[in-house]
Amino acid sequence: MKSQASTVTILKENFWTNNPIFIQILGICSTLAVTNNLVNTGIMTVGVVFVTSFTNLTVSLIKSFIPRKVRMIVQTLIIAFYVIIVDLVLRAYLPEISKALGPYVGLIITNCIIMGRAEAFAQSNPPLISFWDGLTSGLGYMYVLLAIAFFRELLGFGTLFGYQVMPDGFVPWTIMIMAPSAFFLLGLFIWTAKAVMLRKGGAR
Amino acid sequence: MSPNIHPVVLLFASIFTSNILLANFLGMCSFISISKDNKSSNGLGLAVTLVLTVTSAVNWVILEYVLIPLDIVYLRYIIFIIVIAAVVQVLEMIIERISTPLYMNLGIFLPLITVNCAILGISLFIEIRRYNLVQSVVYGFGSGVGWWLAIVALAAIRTRTDKAPVPAGMKGPGITLVTIGLMAMAFIGFSGMLSVQ
Repeated sequence: MKSQASTVTILKENFWTNNPIFIQILGICSTLAVTNNLVNTGIMTVGVVFVTSFTNLTVSLIKSFIPRKVRMIVQTLIIAFYVIIVDLVLRAYLPEISKALGPYVGLIITNCIIMGRAEAFAQSNPPLISFWDGLTSGLGYMYVLLAIAFFRELLGFGTLFGYQVMPDGFVPWTIMIMAPSAFFLLGLFIWTAKAVMLRKGGAR
Repeated sequence: MSPNIHPVVLLFASIFTSNILLANFLGMCSFISISKDNKSSNGLGLAVTLVLTVTSAVNWVILEYVLIPLDIVYLRYIIFIIVIAAVVQVLEMIIERISTPLYMNLGIFLPLITVNCAILGISLFIEIRRYNLVQSVVYGFGSGVGWWLAIVALAAIRTRTDKAPVPAGMKGPGITLVTIGLMAMAFIGFSGMLSVQ
């Protein structure tokens, strides 16, 4: 089956060879800010995965009805619609986390990955495969940010998911909680990923 | 209601101590892709400052006089985005009328700004922190200037690092992010002067 082969290719592209974060450098704005805590990062990225996949699905479903000229604004409205759902759900069921995330939930709207996938993939592909593309690129985004949050929380607070894991004598690295460490860690992550790709000879 | 912060303090805080880019990670996408040379970073910086100042005022008025009285604050994301897109469009037309050279410089950047997270982010921060109108405008303007400062500084550094012998895997985005990290550390140095959240 044709789609069988392409689902695997899409998965591989979004997870590694064309990862939204370390190859395309998209959408790091809103989510880097919450990566000093694994729980917040997890919930935030789940929101992003939800919005990306359903936006792709919706855009793909209605693409033939949208005039080309206004498609950007229509895409933005679709994204905003799903983000509002995420925001309301968070407010209702996880008010603490909703407060901690602050404006960053709303900023999922301007996350370039979502618009990028809708424009580059969903606009020219059938609904189900677009949904899959949105889902995997969201997940590809998620694991990178979770990796960064893992190091920042471990070294900055000595905890993982809020549980103490470091021994009592551990002195927290305050820099890990502050903004610069996110840039350094992401830089190092990109370096590692690219170095591995270069070694394989498949760098782009 | 609104926090008791003097506008001048807020102006300095938004430029230096809580720089929108280096402390709040807003507007990263265009920051990384545009900062390759000085001229376009200046253009984009100016455009962001202009749009931020105008949208923070317009969105404040809409929030206070339309969204809150009608109790539809949950629709703010959609409304803010539409306002931002409209403001960008109107600004583009005005600039085209009054100054052709400025339009030539800013023209290509203005549409990009609609999806710049910094613009929406500032409107959302204003809503959460309950600033009043003067504070909002000052905060919007200051954040724009802070963003401008950061992108011009980064562009200057990048013209040097482009020629430097950087490890192959680190080239491009990798070294840029580490540079931004170092800049963020330098800006943290300012935080001893003021503390405004």
